[in-house]
Amino acid sequence: MDKNSFIIAIYVDNKSGVLTRVSSLFTRRGYNIDTLSVGEAEDPNFSRITISMRGTSEERNQLISQLKKLYNVKKVEVISAEQGIRRELLLVKVRNTPETRADLRDTVEVFKAKIIDYSADAMCLEITGDTSKVNAFLDNMKPFGIIEICRTGIVAIERGPESLINK
Amino acid sequence: MKLSGAEIVIETLIEQNVKTIFGYPGGTVIDIYDQLYKKSDRINHVLAAHEQGAAHAADGYARATGELGVVLATSGPGATNLVTGIATAYLDSVPMLAITGNVGTSMIGKDSFQEIDITGVTLPITKHNFIVTDVADLADTIREAIRIAKSDRPGPVLVDIPKDVQNNKAEFSYKAPVAKSEPVPASDDAVNKACEMIADSARPYIYFGGGATRASAGALISELADKIDAVMGCSLMGLSEIPTKLDRFLGMQGMHGHYASSKAMAKADLIISVGVRFSDRATGNTAKFATGARKIHVDVDAAELSKNIPADLEVACDISDFLRKLIDKVDYKRNPNWMDKVAKLREQEMEYEPDNHLPREAIKAIADIVDDDTEIATDVGQHQMWTAQYYDFKKKRTWISSGGLGTMGFGMGAAIGASFGAGKKTVLVTGDGSFGMNLNELATAVTYNVPLTIVLLNNGVLGMVRQWQHIFYNDTFSNTTLSRKTDFVKFAESFGATAFKAESIEEFKDVFAKAYAVEGPALVDLRIDKDELVLPMLKPGGSFDKLILTREEAEG
Repeated sequence: MDKNSFIIAIYVDNKSGVLTRVSSLFTRRGYNIDTLSVGEAEDPNFSRITISMRGTSEERNQLISQLKKLYNVKKVEVISAEQGIRRELLLVKVRNTPETRADLRDTVEVFKAKIIDYSADAMCLEITGDTSKVNAFLDNMKPFGIIEICRTGIVAIERGPESLINK
Repeated sequence: MKLSGAEIVIETLIEQNVKTIFGYPGGTVIDIYDQLYKKSDRINHVLAAHEQGAAHAADGYARATGELGVVLATSGPGATNLVTGIATAYLDSVPMLAITGNVGTSMIGKDSFQEIDITGVTLPITKHNFIVTDVADLADTIREAIRIAKSDRPGPVLVDIPKDVQNNKAEFSYKAPVAKSEPVPASDDAVNKACEMIADSARPYIYFGGGATRASAGALISELADKIDAVMGCSLMGLSEIPTKLDRFLGMQGMHGHYASSKAMAKADLIISVGVRFSDRATGNTAKFATGARKIHVDVDAAELSKNIPADLEVACDISDFLRKLIDKVDYKRNPNWMDKVAKLREQEMEYEPDNHLPREAIKAIADIVDDDTEIATDVGQHQMWTAQYYDFKKKRTWISSGGLGTMGFGMGAAIGASFGAGKKTVLVTGDGSFGMNLNELATAVTYNVPLTIVLLNNGVLGMVRQWQHIFYNDTFSNTTLSRKTDFVKFAESFGATAFKAESIEEFKDVFAKAYAVEGPALVDLRIDKDELVLPMLKPGGSFDKLILTREEAEG
């Protein structure tokens, strides 16, 4: 059975302890999360959790059924590849030397990244995009010398006028 | 009216028609116990010997009545002692409310005396849990906990109440008992598809489990079987939901199931699964399980459908509603060839019945002697399987046994709880291993003069593990020979119970009848051979065409 990558959006009660209930379900049922991000939803009573992971369609369906049973979970939806817009944000700190400075700036420009902090020996860069773009950018940063990275994980939203909670 | 949190706890339980709770006092529930004392004319508290026993008692109470079981314990060790009891109820979908005290809110997180994060501990073994930090939320939280515990697929819910919340006051007014949320009705589409699959089948088998018991769907299941000429089998959790002696019922299937039941399931071309979850103990090797059968799977919990065994038709809805609509709509049919085949399987099963099998004779004798509505509780191990195989169940909800978690030590507490719930005589069949785990609860049974007859199948070994060691580990009996010097008759008598000893089936019949006639708790210590086996046996992960049927096969 093929393991596909998929993204699930979960609306949960915006209360303490709820993230633990959701994430512990993954451990308990033997699923691995690739990325997880969480923040307040359009209605402040809810938080929206976006999880990206890999699995077969059977595993995906089982996971969704299990998530729906959690008391604090209000809505679970798979964000389809066709309808979904996926973005990830990366902050990366790279070495900055007089010899590499120009190349670094060119790469930042090509990827439409931003320089958000600058010192004589390091630059802090920001890039937003889908995972493949972020990964490609990171690959290009490696020769310069990566000092530190921080990624948000994927957030995703579907095209069109509807909110997922009403779907 | 303004009441303290502790008073709100008790008033809310009374309001919700809770008649009996099981528990054990301690520092952080003193206030609740104070209120229990003051309101003892309106709610009954049963003091157990240990919180684990109290939790199993609440569980047994719920299994016997179909109502909510309630257990109360203090913080820290009191709360952690509930854990096995809560997990047992969770695995078998038993509606239970566990109330724990906790240290005051200002003390939480400081590793205070007897502080434990019990909502964290019980997260994976409860349907949901709450910690109440504001007394104004207390009554509604308890009501909501009860609603969750009873609704859809039932299960345990824990409410943790810090000590200051019990002392603070809030406005309280009575509300009606909470209604459980009704599961969705069956869709016409699902019923129509099931009708088509039944029409296309020649060898239908209805497989039911604990979900059918919780929905009390036994009568509908046997009505459906009659109409479509199907046979029926059940998982361990389905026992007693229909009478054992029903013509179409082949008994429990699975690892230690009846030969005809397991074989018929393997040969069926349609399996209608009702309230089951296809546990590994029921299926063996899932890749080889009933490969020739199409499967209809109906359950109130959508997450069970195709979880372990893929279903051709998944139906997530009210089980009884589905069965009613299906019986109404499905065409009457006969399957004479299938019935002939099943009759042959039953004849073969008779050939494999062992002779002079004392445990089997004892279980049959119990069934002959006791009243039809006697609750039959067990612990876990060989005695449990023999009871499941050979007891002749006549009434619903008379089978009280730990299925999913397989909790040794479950029996004493559960039997006491079942007896309180059903208000009837209860028989506990146990083994010396399991009984040794929670025999402290005999004190509880004596204190309350519980009408409990304990049958101890005493073989001096941990029989089920020994059986595995015999068959799969070349007789390396590591740590399963108990070599204890316990005199169970003296033990029981010292606790204030009546006790008897038996070594043959004749003696057993005689003393069991005497023990059963005792008003309060009585124990029968029946010596059995340590080398008796539970057969048939499916090798773990094996397939049903390779059942171990005889002692010779087990040893070959």
